[in-house]
This record gives sequence, structure tokens and C-alpha cells, in this order.
Amino acid sequence: MSLFSKFDGLRAAHAKLTAAGADPFSVVFEDIVSATEGILHGQRTVLLGTNNYLGLTFDEAGKQASMEAVARHGTGTTGSRIANGSYDGHARLEAELAAFFGRRHGMVFSTGYQANLGILSTLAGKHDHLVIDSDSHASIYDGARLGHAPVVRFRHNDPKDLEKRLARLADEPGEKIIVVEGIYSMLGDSAPLAEICELKRRYGAYLIVDEAHSMGVLGENGRGLAEELGVENDVDFVIGTFSKSLGSVGGFCVSSLEGFETLRIACRPYMFTASLPPAIIASTSRALTIVGEQPELRARLRGNAERLYHGLSAAGFVVGPECSPIVSVIIRDVDKAVAFWNMLLERGLYVNLALPPATPSAAAFLRGSVSASHSEEQIAFAVDVMSEVGRELGLLPSKVTELSARRRDAKDAKEPARPRAAGAGAATA
Amino acid sequence: MEDVSRDISGEIISVLESVIDKPLDATSEKDLVSDLGMDSIALMNFSMALEDHFDVSIPLDRMAEVETLGDLSDTIENLLRKGK
Ligand SMILES: Cc1ncc(COP(=O)(O)O)c(C=O)c1O
Repeated sequence: MSLFSKFDGLRAAHAKLTAAGADPFSVVFEDIVSATEGILHGQRTVLLGTNNYLGLTFDEAGKQASMEAVARHGTGTTGSRIANGSYDGHARLEAELAAFFGRRHGMVFSTGYQANLGILSTLAGKHDHLVIDSDSHASIYDGARLGHAPVVRFRHNDPKDLEKRLARLADEPGEKIIVVEGIYSMLGDSAPLAEICELKRRYGAYLIVDEAHSMGVLGENGRGLAEELGVENDVDFVIGTFSKSLGSVGGFCVSSLEGFETLRIACRPYMFTASLPPAIIASTSRALTIVGEQPELRARLRGNAERLYHGLSAAGFVVGPECSPIVSVIIRDVDKAVAFWNMLLERGLYVNLALPPATPSAAAFLRGSVSASHSEEQIAFAVDVMSEVGRELGLLPSKVTELSARRRDAKDAKEPARPRAAGAGAATA
Repeated sequence: MEDVSRDISGEIISVLESVIDKPLDATSEKDLVSDLGMDSIALMNFSMALEDHFDVSIPLDRMAEVETLGDLSDTIENLLRKGK
């Protein structure tokens, strides 16, 4: 027995994965040249797995704001808000976020992960109850576990099952807090929020919605799923991240509930970690303005999402249940999914490889996330190259005979890197 | 009064058999992971089926402490008793 022997199973699974090709957990891009392109092994690679929904990582005004902030305020805050004090920018961004969501209060965290960790673990006390969706993000599970409240989970996106849980808790003392996500990060499906709000009201529970993947994406003003469905009044806390549509790093929570400000002196993942550096605050603030002012980005994003979702579905792939900027191809055979992911990388397309148990089933997902910055050519390239690999792996019906397929495979083995990706990339460079 | 005659272990095993769709050589000492080979997804499906069957919610921290079928039976019995 050694300290690390508890990881033997994990290590064996990882070794098998790396033996099949590149290691999906340690891809290193030599360079990132735009919101949608990186350089990997000297090859231009289309980035289709970055959650960069609005492509704002390379927004000129955002970059400029960051550079000015560094020049004026330095590279970091070197401490927490309670120890070192807040910068003017932190407080201003909190006010901007609260205003954006039409709420009274806002709190900024150093990551979205910490926002969930902090809010869930602090709000739910020992005598309260957390009721979370079974497909929740790791940060929701971890935040729930960090606190002292009992945690029960309901079947993913299943209001009937949620109701059973709430009914069982009805006579228990303590507050009940429901936690759901706007768009779920693995399959891109969204929560049945209207039904959940109705249950929340009926059972007198509180509702937290993590709009990490839906802020900037859904709703006329980009406020997320609650705005899209017109149920914002029933959402007590919105949690979100700066690391997706806002193109930087950080997290937040907004609410209109009285007493919210007390969290600043109770919430440990807020209190005991360094605050975000000025450059991040500056570009995030700029990105938030863009989300509000440029609805055309959302329209472009939606167009790209539809092209990819319907393109892959028409090619014969099994995709998620609804069209969103997260487009996942579901592959039952995990080994084939790993081979698929490697072949895409060789041909200049980067997607996320999600393997069980990170996926909610025994299947693997090739998870794509679309950006408003993707060109139509890049989306078409993604559909083409995924269809091509799908046919080669026998996941899609093949038009070529066994023999010619084998001949082509033999030829490919000699020249693994193809110029196609470079072509598609160059079109947008 | 508590229905002492209720065979909770037996009911758990029959739920387990219906979830994994085959008969089992299951006794209360059997470890869910090392003996019965359940991964986290199988465990989740199993616990949700049990929650339906017994009409209880098993909090995650309680489930995390469960190693054997016997532990599971104790946990569910406790939750049922508390619900009375
Ligand atoms: C639903 C959800 N919540 C929270 C997070 C964490 O966000 P961050 O990357 O800012 O830590 C993520 C993303 O990773 C997420 O998908």
C-alpha cells in the first residue's frame, strides 16, 4: 500500500487512454491565434471545445481595457478582498452585474467553481436541505458537499422526481434550496425551469440557477434561461462564470434577497482567496457591456449552433436532445470515442472528449461548443471531418466498400496529417 | 409500531436484480463496488430505484458511507424509521 495506491484504477484507465494516442487531459497548444484557432503540433487547429460562446477572448476593446488596467493598477491584487481591500473595479463590476440581471446585490468570486462552492456551502446550513439535479456540474456537487446540509438529488431534468423529493421534505424543519443549471454542460440540454419554478413556489423552496452556459447565450438580453422563459422573478440566486461567454475568468452570484451582503463575511471561498486581478475585471466589465449591446452575437451563435447540430444529426450521429451551442455526439463504444477524438485532432479539429463517469451515462461524448466567432466554413469543416471519421470508424454507414476503405486506411496511415484543416483555418485567419 | 417483519434486505436485493436485470448471489456482506462491480452510474441508478421503492430520499453523505448491502439496508431502515 502506498499513498497513491488508491488511484491504481484511475491510473490504469488513464494509461489505456494515453496508449490510444494523445492524452485528452494534457493537450498543449503551442499558440492560440484567435477565438477559434490554435496551433497544435505545428498544425492550425479549429477550436470547437472552448465554451468561448461569443468569441470575446479576442475582442479589441476588451484586450485594450485589460492592458490599460495592468498599466494603471498592476498585475495582481496579491490578496483577498477582506484582507487587502477591494479595488474600485471589483465593486463596480458587482454593481454592473447586479444591474445587468436587475437584482439588488452582486458578489464576484475568483472562479465560477468557487462561486458554487461558496454560495451552496454557506447558504445551506446544517438544518436546511439542498436538492440538486443529478447531472449537476462538479462545482455544484462539491459546494453541496462542503456545507453541512443534507443533499438529495433528483433525476436529471425531471420535475416529477423533484416533486417527490420536495414532498418527502415538506414536514422537515429547515429551508429547502433547489439547484439547477440553465444549459447543462455535457449535452447542452436546458432545465424545465417553468415547471421547476412552479414547484419551488408550491413547496416554499428557494431556487438557485447556475447560468454558466446560458448567460450571454439565451434570453433577449443574454440574461440566460430564466430570461428566455420569463421566470426570473422566481429565481432567488443566479450564479455564473466569466470563463465562458465573457471570455475571461471568475464567477459571480446575484440576488435581490435581503441579507445577501452578509455572505461577504460568512462565505469562506469568497473570503479566503485572492481577488481577481484588475486586467480580468476590466475585460469582464467590457464583455458584460457587449453582451447587452450586441444581440447580433447571440443570433450568429444560434446560427452556428443550428448548422453544427443539424449538420451532425443529418450525417447520422446521435446528438443531444436539443440544439444549443453545446453540441455533443454520443458514442456508446468508449474505445471508438477515444479513437475518434484522436483522429479529429490529427485532422485539425479540437473537441472535448467526455468519458464516463464524467458523462451521465455509460456512453462517451464528443463535446463541441460553438462560438459566434466561428465562420460558416469552420462549422462546415467540423461537420465534414466528423462525418468522415465517423464513416471510417463504422459509426456512420459507409458508402465505400470494405476493400477500398482498407486501401484508404493504409494510405492514411502513411500521411496522418492532412492539409484540409489548414485550408479551413486559413480562410478565417 | 415499526413493522419489524419487513424484509428490507430482501427488497433491496430484488430492486438490485431488477436494475441490473439478472439474478444475483447477493448477501448482506457483499460490497457494492468490489463484489458487485457497481460504478458510480450504476450506484446512482440503483439508489434512485431504491428511493422510489421505499419512498425515501437517501442523502448523498449517507450514501457515501455505504459499502455493503448490509450498510444500505441499515441506512434505509433508519430513514424509514425517522419518517414514521
Ligand atoms: C455549470 C457550471 N458551473 C460552474 C462552472 C465553473 O466555472 P469556472 O470555469 O468559472 O470555474 C462550470 C464550468 O466549468 C460549469 O459548467
